[in-house]
Amino acid sequence: MDIKWDKILVTGEPMILASQIAIVLTLLGVILGITYLKKWKYLWTEWFTTVDHKRIGIMYIILAVLMFFRGGVDGLMMRTQTAVANNTFLDAQHYNEVFTTHGVIMILFMAMPILMGIINIILPLQIGARDVAFPHLNAMSFWITFAGAMLFNLSFVVGGSPDAGWTSYFPLAGKEFSPGIGNNYYMVGIQIAGIGTLMSGINFIITIFKMRTKGMSLFKMPMFPWTVLVMSLIIIIAFPIFTVALLLGTLDRIYGTHFFTVAGGGLDMLWANLFWLWGHPEVYIVILPAFGIYSEIIPTFSKKTLFGYKSMVWAVVIISCLSMLVWVHHFYTMGVGPVVNSIFSITTMAISVPTGIKMFNWLFTMRKGRIEFAPPMMWSLAFIPTFLIGGVTGVMLAMAAADFQYHNTMFLVAHFHYTLIPGVVYAVFAAIYYWWPKVWGFKLNERIAKWHFWLFNIGMNLTFFPMFFAGLDGAVRRSYTYSADASFAPWMFVSFIGALFLAAGFASFVWNLVWSIKNRKDLAVSHDPWNARTLEWATASPVPAYNFAVQPEVDRLDPFWHMKKSKEGLTLKKEDIKPIHMPSNSGMPFVMGIIFMITGFLFVFELTIPAFIGVAGIFACMIYRALDYNDGYHISTEEIIQTERTWREVK
Amino acid sequence: MANKTNPSLPLEYQSEQGKLNILGFWVFIGAEIILFATLFAVYGVLGVRHAGGPTQADIFVIKEVVIQTLLLLTSSFTAGIVMWELRRNNQKGINIWLVITLLLGAGFLIMEINEFQHYYELGATLQTSAAMSSLFTLLGTHGAHVTVGIGWGLLLILQLSKHKLTPKTASKLHIFTLYWHFLDVVWIFIFTYVYLAGVL
Repeated sequence: MDIKWDKILVTGEPMILASQIAIVLTLLGVILGITYLKKWKYLWTEWFTTVDHKRIGIMYIILAVLMFFRGGVDGLMMRTQTAVANNTFLDAQHYNEVFTTHGVIMILFMAMPILMGIINIILPLQIGARDVAFPHLNAMSFWITFAGAMLFNLSFVVGGSPDAGWTSYFPLAGKEFSPGIGNNYYMVGIQIAGIGTLMSGINFIITIFKMRTKGMSLFKMPMFPWTVLVMSLIIIIAFPIFTVALLLGTLDRIYGTHFFTVAGGGLDMLWANLFWLWGHPEVYIVILPAFGIYSEIIPTFSKKTLFGYKSMVWAVVIISCLSMLVWVHHFYTMGVGPVVNSIFSITTMAISVPTGIKMFNWLFTMRKGRIEFAPPMMWSLAFIPTFLIGGVTGVMLAMAAADFQYHNTMFLVAHFHYTLIPGVVYAVFAAIYYWWPKVWGFKLNERIAKWHFWLFNIGMNLTFFPMFFAGLDGAVRRSYTYSADASFAPWMFVSFIGALFLAAGFASFVWNLVWSIKNRKDLAVSHDPWNARTLEWATASPVPAYNFAVQPEVDRLDPFWHMKKSKEGLTLKKEDIKPIHMPSNSGMPFVMGIIFMITGFLFVFELTIPAFIGVAGIFACMIYRALDYNDGYHISTEEIIQTERTWREVK
Repeated sequence: MANKTNPSLPLEYQSEQGKLNILGFWVFIGAEIILFATLFAVYGVLGVRHAGGPTQADIFVIKEVVIQTLLLLTSSFTAGIVMWELRRNNQKGINIWLVITLLLGAGFLIMEINEFQHYYELGATLQTSAAMSSLFTLLGTHGAHVTVGIGWGLLLILQLSKHKLTPKTASKLHIFTLYWHFLDVVWIFIFTYVYLAGVL
């Protein structure tokens, strides 16, 4: 519609100009670097076209770490701006954009992809499978998520960032009050990434139901696959709601419909309801796999089996059901009356019961165990008290009457950072330290890991604990500045200091990766460096393309632990090895991702006809895939024996 | 693993990958149910908010809609016959009934386009009111699904002529008919909840 084409590139902002230059230089550097090292062919054949779940997982994690950096810089900018009263580091508009992109990127392009990456790598290994159920679809999921993330990130240099908050409430996010194209990026970018997530959800469900190894009934499955199964079910139920909400939002913004507008009979609160019908389950989509990660790490480093396995499973299932029944607690102040508010208040508080069960189970797992303070365990130990603070303040917020006081204050911001950072980020760090040797065959440096751990933990508490008090003193969230005589000013400054610690913590994490990769020869370890319990440790590190030469047979929980105890099933016999069928690589997912990105871009700029040509391109990819009758190839027994002999005996 | 065959099973269940694909598509239909349920909910909330514009009773021509319904329901029946012909291993029969199914679907689609044009002439457009926005979005999403279905069916005829009846093409056919029946089920809800409730 009325787009000012001459003002498409965001200008007049020194920081954005600097990042524009930085982006161009980095891109040039990367392209020239790859060309100089003659790595294009390697990248294309080994990575861009891969359908191997482990490599796709690694690409997810690389994407997520980059997004973590971007989202972290956004957060740091916010804390800098609010460090002192009447600061002029960012103006109001820029601040709006920064808190919007911080939220979207951290939830949808950091937490989700990094968990998808870990799941991709670990899930098939833990259930003794050779791959996920649909390897090709898996690659498509990744490239579509990648396309959504890139499109969303393009916003701050081309066209302007979305600025209506990560919740993007209407009517503010509508055309009337946000006439620029920034919020189109929100609607289209997330829609694209959401398609990828939905496909991953289907893939994981079928993988878990159909690909488990011989003897592994559902209740002999480790805890992590269980949480992935429940997470995937939530994805199937919650994501289509968001798909519709984003579609309606797009129609409102681009095609002048009246779903959420003030005029024409629209209802703005309908958006809030649809958003949180997805948004609250989304919180559990990211936190359940993280719970699963802790349930793997704590038993390993306590040298005990998981306490209360069945109650853990049922707790996860109950949490997932309740997660669908609490969405109104995000807007008690909408004014639906005391009865509705009370119902949602009760369902919200009820969630703390199964969550409490899980907490006690972890504690009882450690009781009388021989606890080893390796980096993954340190993160798990830090998680318990930190997450508890988040949980308890959550119960405070759940009380509808009290919530009217906390609503939209920094108290809420502190609460959800106290749940999501220990709940997801700590788990992700723990998982990376824990499974890194499985993926690469060497450990990460423990000394730098400790620096990373302490800096990040101090930073986390220093940043977010003061926000509870600031919020109670009346600091509202999403406000770019405050007056000099506000009583909460000192808390805001402490919070800024904490943010610097967080940044230092993240930097030491990255430094650890760099240092360890450089010194990988000294850090090399065997296939089972932690003396662990589950099947992923029963094969070589790095894991061969076919995962298991012979799929292991399982008759109880912690199968690998018992295999080591009884010394059975560890040796490989020649006659058991058969040729292994593998799916062929394909460039189509990558191409499809690119077309998705271009199509999304055209929709963002409201160029309907070219955009529909793009949609036709997406269908062309699907037709190409449908007519592709390539059935893959086989790895010969000789090759398997050769690979296996590099790390164990083959009789 | 991917091509293990068990001749006692129906053709589409004979390969491992075929089985996985069919189950995966069932889960996808689960997601589609949520998608349409959300659209129905939105219509339920906004369908009465006409903002002074035309109402459903002003624009609906129920006779036309009944014909549309009959076309689509019949196409679901013929899609069932496609599966029956698949069980009999009769590729010619499959082709004939598939073409009939798609023709019925195309007839439905043409009538829906005419219907939209008729509404447009009466001054009921996507932008008229919240009620019309939600009506057109619900019907349009269903119509878009039918359109995709027709293209998909044509593609299947092409693949059948090239690869004949194999576990792979059979599972593709099975999945297509699942999709087609699903669209029919959605239409039954649209017919009662939107059209009948709209004119009563």
